[in-house]
Amino acid sequence: MGADGLQNTPPVGANVPVLAPGHTYATITDKISSIVLLQKTKRGWWIGLAIALTLVMILHVAIVLLLVIGVGIWGINIPVGWGFAIVNFVWWIGIGHAGTLISAFLLLMRQAWRQSINRFAEAMTLFAVACAGMFPLLHMGRPWLFFWLMPYPDTMGTWPQFRSPLVWDVFAVSTYGTISLLFWFVGLIPDLATLRDRAKNAVSRVIYGGLAMGWRGSARHWHRYEMAYLLLAGLATPLVVSVHTVVSFDFTLAVVPGWHSTIFPPYFVAGAIYSGFAMVITLAIPLRKFYGLEDFLTIRHLDNMGKILLATGCIVAYGYLMETFMAFFSGPNTYDHYMMHNRLVGPYAPIYWSLLLCNIAIPLTTLWSSKIRRNVAALFVISLIVQVGMWLERFVIVITSLHRDFLPSSWGMYSPTIWDWAVFVGTIGLFFTLFLLFIRFLPMISIFEMRGLAHELKEKPGGGNH
Amino acid sequence: MEKTPTYGLMAEFESPDELLSAAQRTYAEGYRQMDAFTPFPVEGLAEAIGFHKTYVPLVCLLGGLTGCIGGFFLQWWPNVIGYPLNIGGKPHNSWPSFIPITFELTVLFAGLATVFGMLALNGLPTPYHPVFNAPNFELASRNKFFLCIMAEDAKFDAQKTREFLQSLKAHEVSEIER
Repeated sequence: MGADGLQNTPPVGANVPVLAPGHTYATITDKISSIVLLQKTKRGWWIGLAIALTLVMILHVAIVLLLVIGVGIWGINIPVGWGFAIVNFVWWIGIGHAGTLISAFLLLMRQAWRQSINRFAEAMTLFAVACAGMFPLLHMGRPWLFFWLMPYPDTMGTWPQFRSPLVWDVFAVSTYGTISLLFWFVGLIPDLATLRDRAKNAVSRVIYGGLAMGWRGSARHWHRYEMAYLLLAGLATPLVVSVHTVVSFDFTLAVVPGWHSTIFPPYFVAGAIYSGFAMVITLAIPLRKFYGLEDFLTIRHLDNMGKILLATGCIVAYGYLMETFMAFFSGPNTYDHYMMHNRLVGPYAPIYWSLLLCNIAIPLTTLWSSKIRRNVAALFVISLIVQVGMWLERFVIVITSLHRDFLPSSWGMYSPTIWDWAVFVGTIGLFFTLFLLFIRFLPMISIFEMRGLAHELKEKPGGGNH
Repeated sequence: MEKTPTYGLMAEFESPDELLSAAQRTYAEGYRQMDAFTPFPVEGLAEAIGFHKTYVPLVCLLGGLTGCIGGFFLQWWPNVIGYPLNIGGKPHNSWPSFIPITFELTVLFAGLATVFGMLALNGLPTPYHPVFNAPNFELASRNKFFLCIMAEDAKFDAQKTREFLQSLKAHEVSEIER
């Protein structure tokens, strides 16, 4: 990925480096660790936490009510048994995918620009998976029996149905959560040691020291560490593809028109990366502004992420195109034909058209321009639009497909209740609560990898320009 | 063997390149029991101090094989032996539908084995280690580079080794207590 294609554009930082010049190992270390150790907690952080925690309170109320009364407080019915819960599950888990992709896939591709975004993107993954995981559990109706999903020798000698994608999902999501946590924590160990060595008070020294487990930067340790990190990246890359593939199997292995389609796995994975990178941009832009991290999170990073949005957005657009083509190619009076007709002009048509607007019309026309990709405000707005669009996409897939299947006598309508919204908004609050705590207590940029990047750039200036 | 009160001699360097060439010369001089400490991984440093082989990939492979075989068995046993049921006329051992879970468990076990294997081989957690007594060692996680020759090395001699390290243009050489 080079600046080659941009030579005709005015030099809005056409050769902006991935790390602003003039940084040494010491300045990088001090700058990033001071956010955690020295700087006073910002007022904006407290306000953000207050809002996020308010939303978490709403989540608490909604969950308690759900446990007391049951899933009847949601808008789900027959035929639409999978309402907001599954829409939100797929949306959140999709957002998580960008974090793993940045940390694992871009590492294998030796993309130097990943170093300043991988840490908080991994944290984003972890928190998004935590939010996603709640929905299927709550949707079960009796979440306290969740362990029935696990293969354990019960007294009846029965087992989960291993041929069902819903059981595959349990394994895929729990493996994904575990590996993401490991990847994130392994990446943190050397930085926790840095915080231990910089900490001014005894309490934080003990806490960071305990978590760093006595890391001392020995050459032998680094050797094994780098090998382990590389192996984890190699494992996480196919894993991330498999997770959203399995999520798409939840749909494709059913016979419902609009679900039963072979294009789903690649198109789901691309959509996941699309929404995930949008979320990384949404988080990165305020972070670099409020914490003065423009030296580490340069316009170059935003530009590159804009390009990834564009590329994955095009794959998603191809998915929509093929779905539509196959439906009309099937000929009139087929279920698929009716499904697409219903999407375009049926009762939920405004949602389908908004989805096309948010996912295709706006981002895929504007992101071609490097001026827009490098305009921080514009990119921020586009990233929010893409996330709305991807949420609408899941709404269309789940609800518009289910509400009119084969028999007109079993058709119905779905409308979410206030409690559907409460749980959804509540998980957004949970996500931001966790994220705010993370940026306050842990280094949001990988310090040791930035030192390594500074070393690399010193050896071959203009390196990392790939 | 009675342990000496000295753990070793620690030399401080300013840059990764200085440390790397110092480590290579130390190894060439015949020292074997040594270690280097850096704020980020330095390419070639492990080889320079004579550390080539890591068992992390083997541990990863063993974990992956355990997950793969165990994951398939987990599904095959209940469906074929434990509680066979006819589901949609599929054979009891309908292996293609067992692949996703087999894959996920392969990755899970390989990942867990890699991380915990790496930590175990590194001997972490280590609450106390003598090198932390070295002056300025808290900068090993910031911007300084250290080389330590351990007292248990056959060639170690408090006086001669110190002079040798100083000849490598070390910034500072200090004795570490055990």
